[in-house]
Amino acid sequence: MQLDSLYQEIILDHYRTPHHAGLADPYDVEVHHVNPSCGDEVTLRVELDGDTVTAVTHQSVGCSISQAATSVMSDLVIGKPVAEGMATYEKFLELMQGRGNVEPDEEVLEDGVAFAGVAQFPARVKCALLGWSAWRDATAQALAANEGAKNA
Amino acid sequence: MTDARTFSSPLDLQSVRADFPILSRELAGGYPLVYLDSANSSQKPLQVVQAIEDHYLKHNANVARAMHQLGAEATAAYEGGRDKVAAFIGAPSRDEIVFTKNASEALNLAAHTLGASLKPGDVVVVSEMEHHSNIVPWQLACERTGATLKWFGVTEDGRLDLSNIDELLTEQTKVVALTWVSNALGTINPITDIAAKAHAVGATVVVDASQAVPQFPVDVSTLGADLLAFTGHKVVGPTGIGVLWGRYDLLASLPPFLGGGEMIEIVRMTGSTYAAPPARFEAGTPPIAQAVGLGAAVDYLSGIGMDKIAAHEHAIVEYALEGLKTVPGLTILGPTDAENHGGAISFALDGVHPHDVSTVLDTRGIAVRAGHHCARPVHERFGMQSSTRASFYLYTTPEEIDALVDGLGFVRSYFKVD
Repeated sequence: MQLDSLYQEIILDHYRTPHHAGLADPYDVEVHHVNPSCGDEVTLRVELDGDTVTAVTHQSVGCSISQAATSVMSDLVIGKPVAEGMATYEKFLELMQGRGNVEPDEEVLEDGVAFAGVAQFPARVKCALLGWSAWRDATAQALAANEGAKNA
Repeated sequence: MTDARTFSSPLDLQSVRADFPILSRELAGGYPLVYLDSANSSQKPLQVVQAIEDHYLKHNANVARAMHQLGAEATAAYEGGRDKVAAFIGAPSRDEIVFTKNASEALNLAAHTLGASLKPGDVVVVSEMEHHSNIVPWQLACERTGATLKWFGVTEDGRLDLSNIDELLTEQTKVVALTWVSNALGTINPITDIAAKAHAVGATVVVDASQAVPQFPVDVSTLGADLLAFTGHKVVGPTGIGVLWGRYDLLASLPPFLGGGEMIEIVRMTGSTYAAPPARFEAGTPPIAQAVGLGAAVDYLSGIGMDKIAAHEHAIVEYALEGLKTVPGLTILGPTDAENHGGAISFALDGVHPHDVSTVLDTRGIAVRAGHHCARPVHERFGMQSSTRASFYLYTTPEEIDALVDGLGFVRSYFKVD
């Protein structure tokens, strides 16, 4: 268990100065997700323009891993089509569940590759996925609402 | 650095620790295990593991309904566990001991059966320092019946706030359900005094003793509680078994909880009658080997002496509080003196989240718990989302406390919070 493989400088940087932190207007959907076992909480807002993610902002209480992962996730999905963000999530999930045996793709995951070490700390994987689960939920709700508005 | 001379325990720690093989384990990186998570689950001595093994290998069968020789042996072993537990907590009768699967189920049993007679206008009183297991079952009971849930607050120094006790305990109050020892704050509550006031208004007193029974001598015959719950795995026993003790006349007046085998008297398609306690509350095949293990566990603790274990806990808590106070930026949640303090200390470390504290300590072999410890409301009371908790037992040494204090210094330097 190498501590430095978990706490990469990139992670600690994102933890100390998280990107897109602080809830901003306007937004389409706001969600609140928690890790019931540890108590980490994130409130996250998503704004879409059609199928493109135009804004993600968040406010959270939690550990360095969960806060940094939410920060990196925001960077990865903002300005991208929803489908691309979801595909990035799949790559990130694969890395997290890989027990250290998955080679991360820096082209896709960018700063997210710093979380490769988290996969060797099974208890911390859920920390790294909290922000992603909030974004996926909020985005799915926003898409559904847009679809509903179109059909109305 | 703490000074070993300030520590004195009545226990021979070397010989106690020899009974717990897991304590000599080495973890990743060659670090010896420093197990400071006993309030979560205690470790098991050889005597308990061997009793369970002996039962499974030589006496295993179902209880009561099996009419053969092994069935008789298994029944005797299971009921022997009941006798031992009854003696351990001073129960006047073995029939006052109900085996459940854990303390949560014991508290749910209490909330369901007492809840059967609740109605709108009735009040159930809990406290802000309860484990979720002694909050949620009562919330559910109140939702089902229209009764109202009220609670004692917690003072700034982590004690139960009894200033409004006369407003909380009135003729409408039917149940008072309180923890004896807080799993998060370590606070020991004055159960006997509160029980006397609750009884004066006719309320039934339920005590969550999950963190009490492991730590000091318990005598339910003088405590003042009507029902009391604890769990096997925190008293060096196995998982999968909990205990609800109840005054026999109260148990006899309560309706069944779960339906099934062994809890009945006569079953007809048109309706059934129920067995007397404790069988009434033990539907289905019970935790047989676990009862054997729990019996061995309380025998083990009695052999060492609960008074000595309590004195050791007190000494180690005092030593740990002193040590933790030397760590810069560390805030202790709850009482900061060892008086009426159970064997768990929760704390916050400025600038480092509890999960990060626990991960860094874990890489040095030190096992603590991080989170809200199933006591979210009391964390909210102190404006915290979570904390780190170190908890101790009869095998905890002052050297392990030193390792914790050193480890916290390393956490601070690793996260550069100086």
